[in-house]
Amino acid sequence: MIPTEWVLALSAVLFTIGVVGVLVRRNALVIFMSIELMLNAANLAFVAFARQQQSLDGQIFVFFVMTVAAAEVAVGLAIIVNLFRLRETVFVDEINLLKG
Amino acid sequence: MAALMQNEAFQVALWAMVKVGIILGVMLGVVSYLIYAERKICGHIQARTGPNRVGPLGLLQPIADVGKLLFKEEFIPAGANKVVFHIAPILAVFPAIVTFSVIPMGPPPMFVVTDINVGLLLFLAMSSLGVYAITLGGWSSNNKYALLGGLRSSAQMISYELAMGLSTIPVLLRTGTLSLSGIVDAQAGQLKAFDTVLPLPNWGIFHWYLFLPFFIFLICSFAETNRAPFDLPEAEGELVAGFHTEYSSMKWALFFLGEYMNMIVICSIMVTLFLGGWHGPGVDKFAPLGLVWFLTKLFALLFFFIWVRWTYPRLRYDQLMGFGWKVLLPASVVNVMIAAVWLYWRANA
Amino acid sequence: MVPYLFLGFAAMLLATALMVILHKHPVTSALFLVLSFSSLAGIYLLLQAEFVGMVQIIVYAGAIMVLFLFVIMYLNLPHDVEKGAQIAVRRGIGWMVGALMLLFAGLLAKKGWVAGPAATAPADLSGGNAAAIGRVLYSRFLFPFEITSILLLVAMVGAIVMAKGRPASPEGEGE
Repeated sequence: MIPTEWVLALSAVLFTIGVVGVLVRRNALVIFMSIELMLNAANLAFVAFARQQQSLDGQIFVFFVMTVAAAEVAVGLAIIVNLFRLRETVFVDEINLLKG
Repeated sequence: MAALMQNEAFQVALWAMVKVGIILGVMLGVVSYLIYAERKICGHIQARTGPNRVGPLGLLQPIADVGKLLFKEEFIPAGANKVVFHIAPILAVFPAIVTFSVIPMGPPPMFVVTDINVGLLLFLAMSSLGVYAITLGGWSSNNKYALLGGLRSSAQMISYELAMGLSTIPVLLRTGTLSLSGIVDAQAGQLKAFDTVLPLPNWGIFHWYLFLPFFIFLICSFAETNRAPFDLPEAEGELVAGFHTEYSSMKWALFFLGEYMNMIVICSIMVTLFLGGWHGPGVDKFAPLGLVWFLTKLFALLFFFIWVRWTYPRLRYDQLMGFGWKVLLPASVVNVMIAAVWLYWRANA
Repeated sequence: MVPYLFLGFAAMLLATALMVILHKHPVTSALFLVLSFSSLAGIYLLLQAEFVGMVQIIVYAGAIMVLFLFVIMYLNLPHDVEKGAQIAVRRGIGWMVGALMLLFAGLLAKKGWVAGPAATAPADLSGGNAAAIGRVLYSRFLFPFEITSILLLVAMVGAIVMAKGRPASPEGEGE
């Protein structure tokens, strides 16, 4: 039996890694991956609490989060591809002008 | 040591290890002779004899092939991403081997490695991981033909996975379980229709609403294993050899091994879902007969795969994608609805 | 046995997640992310969430990350170049924020923060985890479930519209 606190600590560290990834990288794709890491950290906490509470609601939420993540990736990658076509770069600090 | 042998968890782990070892050893042998069978059958379909020089009837040909591949020179192209180039062939074999652990090859507990309650999902998960080997192999070679082959095949596999997953849903609706052993158990006995016993086994394929899913699954499995008529990723005429253009020696052999292992896995799943698994006459009296029935059905399907490959021409790429998205996907969705309505009506009538 | 497996998966998860944000090549980052999603699936299995664990592999490793790899290969991205004082300062700030967050989490844990009491009425788990999730999903959560299908439809339409690019306008405006 794994203590719920361990899982929560793991989830917190994973979330922090995601935040640091968003802050230190300038490649839009890697930033996107870091956001996925944060979503997964939240999922992990949901699953841990679902087991703690002996209820399935947490796992259902993970299911919804995954759906949203899939939709987000489809749209987000389309945006990044369009940006690359327009500016020839995926670095977020070089995309600093509104006008295309 | 004696105490360790008494430990129940240790015994379970030990038996699982022994079964894994046996399956791994047998699979490698089966794959090498499957390749021999493919060459022989292909030869006879094209009115020639196939390999017949090494040993009687050419039966030692696979051993000679493996020896040749082992001693060939490794070639790594300049500009290749070396780490990914090494990992890709391993990824080609790994998902296929993992899936074997959940396939019931005979009556439990003897002929089942493990029976998890999400067995079918494990199969779908592993088949979705199969894309990586081909995409990464194609990309890391730093070769335009390999890249094109890799991209083609990942698009193809993702598209056909959807129809394949959907075509398993009517089976799940009927059996109400994701465990492969449970699905096999639901196919025991004789077929009944409106309280009359028909002279047919109670296999999935003999239920009318599972007939179309069987064919959709069959067609999708040709695409999933990258075999003709859907072998676009390695279309020799246009892409040299597709994603494994730059591979040689044992790495190329691993890709080959993965392809044939995938074929065996997908045929086993088809036997399990639609053809009654290990059920057959006489199994209840003598359990090992179940393994014989399972292997008979499996080899019949494998022969069908080889037969199709050497009979049909290759499709064009847009035809392939159009067929997957515009025909197979809607057909399987409609079939899911029909099966659901029928089963609901039967349950409440 | 199970706690050791958990620790193994957790170590692999953290190591691969760190490699995602540290490695300079986007393809390698994506591959490490696949590994970390797989170890997360292992953790889900240990936490008695088999269905979620398998869906994690099917959706994240099998679909989302393939999409990422596709885009990275399509754009043919090289190694990231990260030089210059401004970028170094921003990296320093990023790591400091991360350290502060961990410090904050540690302080919270020090306060004797626990996960709360276990529930009194366990969920109906007959027929396995997948069947139980199905029952809840199609009864209590039916409306959100239907809404997600609309969300997926919207995302699909949006992605196709954007991927098609701008139509060449007859007046010559736009690009």
